[in-house]
Amino acid sequence: MGAVQPRTRKGFSLQRVGSLSNMASVVNSHLVNLHTISPLSSDKQVSDAWHKALQARLSAREKIHASLETNLDEQLNYAKRLILLTNQRLIGLTWPALEFCEYPLGEDLALHQRDHAGIGCIELFAAGTRLAWWRYTMAHDPEATRFVRQFEQVLGGLLSGQPIVEAQPVLCPQCLMPLVPGQDECAYCDVETEAPPSSWVLLRLWRFAKPYRWQLLAGFLLMLASTAATLVPPYLTMPLMDKVLIPYENGSPINTDMVTLLLGGLFGSALLAWGLGWARTYILALVSERIGTDLRTITYDHLLHLSLEYFGGKRTGDLMARVGSESDRICLFLSLHLLDFATDVLMIAMTTAILISIDPWLALVTLLPLPLIVWMIHSVRQKLSTGFEKVDRVWSQVSNILADTIPGIRVVKAFAQEKRESARFRQVNQNNLAVNDRINKIWSLFSPSVTLLTEIGLLVVWAFGIWQVTHNKISVGVLTAFLAYISRFYTRLDSMSRIVSVTQKTASGAKRIFDILDRVSSVPEPVRPQHLDSIIGRIEIREAGFRYGNRAIIKDMNLVIEPGEMIGLVGHSGSGKSTLVNLMCRFYDVSEGSISIDGVNIRSLPIAEYRHNIGLVLQEPFLFFGSIAENIAYGKPHATLAEIVAAARAAHAHEFILRLPHGYDSLVGERGQGLSGGERQRISIARALLIDPRILILDEATASVDTETEKEIQKALDNLVRGRTTIAIAHRLSTLHKANRLVVMDRGEIVETGSHDELMQREGAYFRLYQAQARNVDTDLDDQSISAPENGKESAE
Amino acid sequence: MNDQDFALTRNAAGRIVFTGKEGDVHEGVVPVRAFPISAPQEGVSLLGEDGHELRWISRLSDLPEAMRALIETELAQREFMPEITRIRQVSSFATPSKWQISTDRGDTELLLKAEDHIRRLTNSTLLITDGYGVSFLIRDIGAMDHHSRKLLDRFL
Ligand SMILES: Nc1ncnc2c1ncn2[C@@H]1O[C@H](COP(=O)(O)OP(=O)(O)O)[C@@H](O)[C@H]1O
Ligand SMILES: [Mg+2]
Repeated sequence: MGAVQPRTRKGFSLQRVGSLSNMASVVNSHLVNLHTISPLSSDKQVSDAWHKALQARLSAREKIHASLETNLDEQLNYAKRLILLTNQRLIGLTWPALEFCEYPLGEDLALHQRDHAGIGCIELFAAGTRLAWWRYTMAHDPEATRFVRQFEQVLGGLLSGQPIVEAQPVLCPQCLMPLVPGQDECAYCDVETEAPPSSWVLLRLWRFAKPYRWQLLAGFLLMLASTAATLVPPYLTMPLMDKVLIPYENGSPINTDMVTLLLGGLFGSALLAWGLGWARTYILALVSERIGTDLRTITYDHLLHLSLEYFGGKRTGDLMARVGSESDRICLFLSLHLLDFATDVLMIAMTTAILISIDPWLALVTLLPLPLIVWMIHSVRQKLSTGFEKVDRVWSQVSNILADTIPGIRVVKAFAQEKRESARFRQVNQNNLAVNDRINKIWSLFSPSVTLLTEIGLLVVWAFGIWQVTHNKISVGVLTAFLAYISRFYTRLDSMSRIVSVTQKTASGAKRIFDILDRVSSVPEPVRPQHLDSIIGRIEIREAGFRYGNRAIIKDMNLVIEPGEMIGLVGHSGSGKSTLVNLMCRFYDVSEGSISIDGVNIRSLPIAEYRHNIGLVLQEPFLFFGSIAENIAYGKPHATLAEIVAAARAAHAHEFILRLPHGYDSLVGERGQGLSGGERQRISIARALLIDPRILILDEATASVDTETEKEIQKALDNLVRGRTTIAIAHRLSTLHKANRLVVMDRGEIVETGSHDELMQREGAYFRLYQAQARNVDTDLDDQSISAPENGKESAE
Repeated sequence: MNDQDFALTRNAAGRIVFTGKEGDVHEGVVPVRAFPISAPQEGVSLLGEDGHELRWISRLSDLPEAMRALIETELAQREFMPEITRIRQVSSFATPSKWQISTDRGDTELLLKAEDHIRRLTNSTLLITDGYGVSFLIRDIGAMDHHSRKLLDRFL
């Protein structure tokens, strides 16, 4: 499994050639550049063909400004298309037919770019009529955006008659931050390579074992010694047989001294093996337990730092299984199976040495079946490994169902769907059974086969040994010693074969853990972090775009929020308000454009440091298991009690807290059960107040409470807002009366901004919203249509 | 569906124009299938440019031929869910993994970022979302060749 070098999505560098006297050579050099211009064509043959087709078509005075290779045809089949922009025209080429079409540049020509469901489209219009269009998958989107920009630049330059200035700083196609001259990759985005993890996962555990290397070494030496000790007894059977028993059978008296010595030796070695074995097992068990603990902690740490995107795509049950049981399995493997295996390997090596030293020929025959067994182990290994990965995946399905259903048990019961859930569980359980059955079929055959081979091996040794004894080549003692050795030897082989399955299981478990550890947060920490000592709170959103998967949610957003200003974000549900908040908190990163605070891209600030400046109050406040005081102090664990009380007072939570039986020490259960929605909300407001943030974000903080409570909360919020940059999203427009400016969003775009009065005067989207609410205070915004002012913008949906 | 209570045409800009009974005109109408995978022929909605539904069509076959053709062409131009017919090669059995695949829309490459981007729709139908947001469909695992099935099996 070779790691494939991923294609980085570097933008192509557009080269401009200055005015040369020899025009022919200009064209040539441009055409040569075409190779580098179209990075999308990984295929040399294709770019050669473009090259040829163009050479024939381009006139000598034509200059190539930009090119774009798309990958879909009109019927959305995969096919290459080339769009080429010269100083005279736009040229389209198809592949493989190399059909040619051209559109002379003129002032009524326009390129539009839009996308829907993972397909981008560039359309060419002339005076409102669509002349041509090209489609591509989103992988090519940054290049397409760049192409359209260049088109506009070139056309603009052509029409105004001014030379096209391309000395502007090159911007990163992702975040629009200027690139360092001469560098292709953006320091902020730094496209991360996506090499798959290697298959030698277990070796990677060394990273966790390294801190314990000395203990491991000690354990290893002890292992060596204890294994050697266990090999002494069979050796002593040789003299016992040849020097004591056989002479006695032949009529000589028993040599008591020798018998005492030999028996003493047997006892001594057994004792030694016991002591050493104990020490070894103990040390290595200690170490492996520590490795397991480290692994768990580090994995959890890493998991916590991954972005929300990761958690959105994962299921709780699966993650719990990975952090919990997989790391446990690894620990068990290290302390038990690997230890046994290493001992066995040592034993085999030592036994082999001893056997050869006693009698090379007999040793050779004895060891004959070994390669066969090794081969068998190896061949079954492959099959089992995929099987065990499957078992794991099915197993996480089982736990996922539990993790889904148990928190949702109220819904299950309310809709009387116990039967259906039980059926779902049974189904997965059956899957589990089927997968296990399949793997057991191979597995069950495996052990007996090894045993059979063992018996056959013993048989061979017996036969060859007897033959040798009758020819007086070896003594009976040697034969007994051999048999004693190899019967141990083979039983170990049998147990060693078990290592195959556990190694595979552990390896797939380790892979799943490393899947987490290898995951780079899609909201990465900056490589060269900048620090802001004190934040003033000026937020600037510049051409920001964002998509969940292939759905564009935020499009081309520009907004500047002054320090201390309160912005009210309104718009019907689904218009992208919460998404915008997620972007500002850097829970997600914008896919285009940038968000800056006090002039610094938030991507270049250390994440935790940045978020310390943000107080966030959500519609669904989340309380952790613990006391109310702990929950309020969540963002500032060392807050004094006085601070906590002050925050609670400001949040209008103080009084109801005091009414609880244990006051601030009352325990709130999982997710704050036992408190009402409004109470929970006020606690979360207190939480935001306590950290005294420069920037405050309220995402429908009062949406889920009754009007009475809302008034309370509103008072609390008014305390909170004072003097901070505030972004408040509200369902009820009346709650935004304090906002300096209202921003009306619709389908990911800002459609209006201004104060309440201005917007009312304009009689646009806000006016309609307001009217609707004035008519019926409780009208849901969703039912009202605020349609975007017709600005000729193509909308995707 | 009583026909002729609205009309659809395509204008020079390539947009679909909806004309309602009262002569209300909407430009840039977008037809969307409600169940693109489970029941593509049932339930098509015509959405206006502002994203609001103009008309619900419960069955395409109920429409007059010309309109149906118009809608289907438009759908064909925006629906993109290639069906994987063969998996030629995968770069690794661990994700992220790059697959060389053949689809009903030609050969291409797919970047599988994580195993759970493979979603099982039914026992034999899979939906795979690639790293760039394209959804690939495997309609029937059983219908693929042995090699593809073996590769796929490693990810299921
Ligand atoms: N995690 C997500 N994955 C995919 N789509 C999402 C996700 N969160 C929100 N969306 C979509 O983004 C759009 C905007 O949502 P949101 O910002 O929550 O709207 P609102 O203005 O109501 O706060 C909605 O259409 C929603 O379906
Ligand atoms: Mg919201």
